[in-house]
Amino acid sequence: MRKTVILFLALTLSLALALPVLADTIKIGFNISLTGDIPKVGESSKFAAEMLKADINGAGGLMVGGKAYKLDFIYEDNESKAESAVTAMLKLIERDQVLAVVGPNSSKQAVPAGQIANDNKTVMVSPWATNPDATLDRPWVFRAAFLDPFQGPVAVNFAVKTFGAKTAAVIYDLSNDYSKGLAEIFKQVFEEKMGAGSVVAFESHGTRDQDFSAQLTTIINRKPDFIFVPNNYNQVALIVRQARQQGYTGEIMGSDAWGSAELMTLCGDVCKGLHFSTHYAAAGATGATKEFIDRYTATYGYTPDDVAALTWDATKVVLQAIQNAGRLTGRLRTDRQAILDGMKAITSFDGITGSMKFDEEGDPVKCAVVVQISQTGEFEFKESVCP
Amino acid sequence: MLRRYSVHLILATLGGLVVYLAYNEYLGLYYLSVLMFMGVNIILSSSLNLVNGYMGEFSCGHAGFMCVGAYVASVLGVWLFARDRVFGAPVLDPEYALYAFPVIILAGGIAAALAGLLVAFPSYKTRGDYLAIITIAANYIIISAIENMSAIGGSRGFMGMKGVINAMEDTIYLPWMPIWVFIFTIFSVWVIRRYVSSTFGKGVNAISQDEVAAEIMSVNTNKIKTITFMLSSGLAGIGGGLFAYILGYVNPGSFNILKSTEIMVMVYLGGMGSLSGSILAAILFTILLELLRPLQIIKWIVIPLVLIILMQFRPEGIMGNRELGQTFPRLKKFYRFK
Repeated sequence: MRKTVILFLALTLSLALALPVLADTIKIGFNISLTGDIPKVGESSKFAAEMLKADINGAGGLMVGGKAYKLDFIYEDNESKAESAVTAMLKLIERDQVLAVVGPNSSKQAVPAGQIANDNKTVMVSPWATNPDATLDRPWVFRAAFLDPFQGPVAVNFAVKTFGAKTAAVIYDLSNDYSKGLAEIFKQVFEEKMGAGSVVAFESHGTRDQDFSAQLTTIINRKPDFIFVPNNYNQVALIVRQARQQGYTGEIMGSDAWGSAELMTLCGDVCKGLHFSTHYAAAGATGATKEFIDRYTATYGYTPDDVAALTWDATKVVLQAIQNAGRLTGRLRTDRQAILDGMKAITSFDGITGSMKFDEEGDPVKCAVVVQISQTGEFEFKESVCP
Repeated sequence: MLRRYSVHLILATLGGLVVYLAYNEYLGLYYLSVLMFMGVNIILSSSLNLVNGYMGEFSCGHAGFMCVGAYVASVLGVWLFARDRVFGAPVLDPEYALYAFPVIILAGGIAAALAGLLVAFPSYKTRGDYLAIITIAANYIIISAIENMSAIGGSRGFMGMKGVINAMEDTIYLPWMPIWVFIFTIFSVWVIRRYVSSTFGKGVNAISQDEVAAEIMSVNTNKIKTITFMLSSGLAGIGGGLFAYILGYVNPGSFNILKSTEIMVMVYLGGMGSLSGSILAAILFTILLELLRPLQIIKWIVIPLVLIILMQFRPEGIMGNRELGQTFPRLKKFYRFK
């Protein structure tokens, strides 16, 4: 017993000790949720980053100021918890001495972690966080995803144009800040466009609810032209199915949280033909996007979701900023400042989720796409909406 | 003489050392934040131990009270001393933040203690599994209530506490957060120790042994239950307030049933009804979580496995229901802690 304990302690200690630092490497931290509520999101991020690292290191490294640097990515698990995101961030910044951090993905970790990054003067790019507070008044914090105040109008305009909708209903998750925020923006924009009272039903539910019949009955009785469902993919599967069972035959539209590889497994046939707005369309992609999707699918066995694509872009943006910095001195403080200047120098970045540039808050100005779920279950490009 | 003051001496040295190292930035922010979370965890686990260990009830909603304390302390602090989108300019001069901070944290604790009544009243009539369900319900009620208050951010969360800390550091530069976490940790442990070793507090143990017999022996069980639940949730509120100020951001999702479970794990790891056990377990648990970070997903196989092994070979937890002085009688020569 004692022996095993000692062995175990020795093992953990040896793992805990950082590997010796190699010369001429660029260290980038990843503060992602590999365990907890949304492990799939962290996994997608990690896979995309690994692919990018293999690419660049395989080609000899990243060229900065005429010198090739190998990339070293450090993945820290934030367990989908706010406090762990903070300690992980501090660990990356202080202990691992990374030049910049990618992540965390969800807003509840990105907001406090962003504070830490900003206080410690380290560039942070969150691939997926949508809460405006994550970047607000924080010059060192950026994000790769567009914000909800942009995504809401996209859904409204598309619905009005394509479905000819005059009335709408919304069902959203009250305890999910993303869902609630988007639902409110949608309601506001739709009513501005179509007149007060055009959102005929505005129903909420809890995160772990399985039965939505009460809300759906109310919605269907008010006869909306379509239903807006800004929910996570697992709830979407249930909501759409239950709406169809109650005899609703009209349109249902969603937001970027639908765009998970899991959606079609959970939802099946009932989701086919529906639309949602998102960051990129996997089916029918061309150029660099297609190349990324094909390679990711070949390596990891499933179509990359938007988090994977956004992480790829976020990481590439950071690398671009490092190259913009021109020269790395090896002094952490100077280099981090140089990277911030490099970030600000990016006027236009061509990513696989579309081309983007950053506004003064560190939020990207980029296009959204609306995709339709095809009969084979793929997310097909329908139209692109730019700000 | 030395025996009498040795604990004070050790604590003062320890506190002074941490503050000194933090002030001169010898101790990085990472280690400091781990130490601060350790302090918060000690407050949480020892206060839950009061109910689950000493009183023998089963509370699974401790994070709910932490949530109340966190929100009350945050909103109060930001309203009084920081510029905020919701409340606008600070009500008082930010200079006073320095003196008001402990009061704010205590106010969070008092609010949480009042929220504790949510569990205390039902506990007159029920106990065991049924009370456990009520505590879970209380946790959910608190979280849902805050999610529906859009004035303080709802599920978006609430922030701005960093402004209060900055105001304190601007007035007199010292690492205030570590100092207050340290003081409140000592305070909580001291309060619990005094409470359970008092004549009145002996009733707490009596309830755990046999409630009916205690009632017959003229122990006012309802009164004791009310006070114990309020004390326990009040201390959790203090822990929550500190937690909020360390993070600089709170959202109701951080205080869900998973957080409650985490606190419970610490209590059972340390041993029911052992204050030193709770403290040791909180320290151990925090270190273990950080140390095993590089293992990533495997961490969540290793930690539960360690727990299972511990429960297999030592089901009563690290310390059982004994204190440090009882397990190692020789130590008693060197210290006295009341």
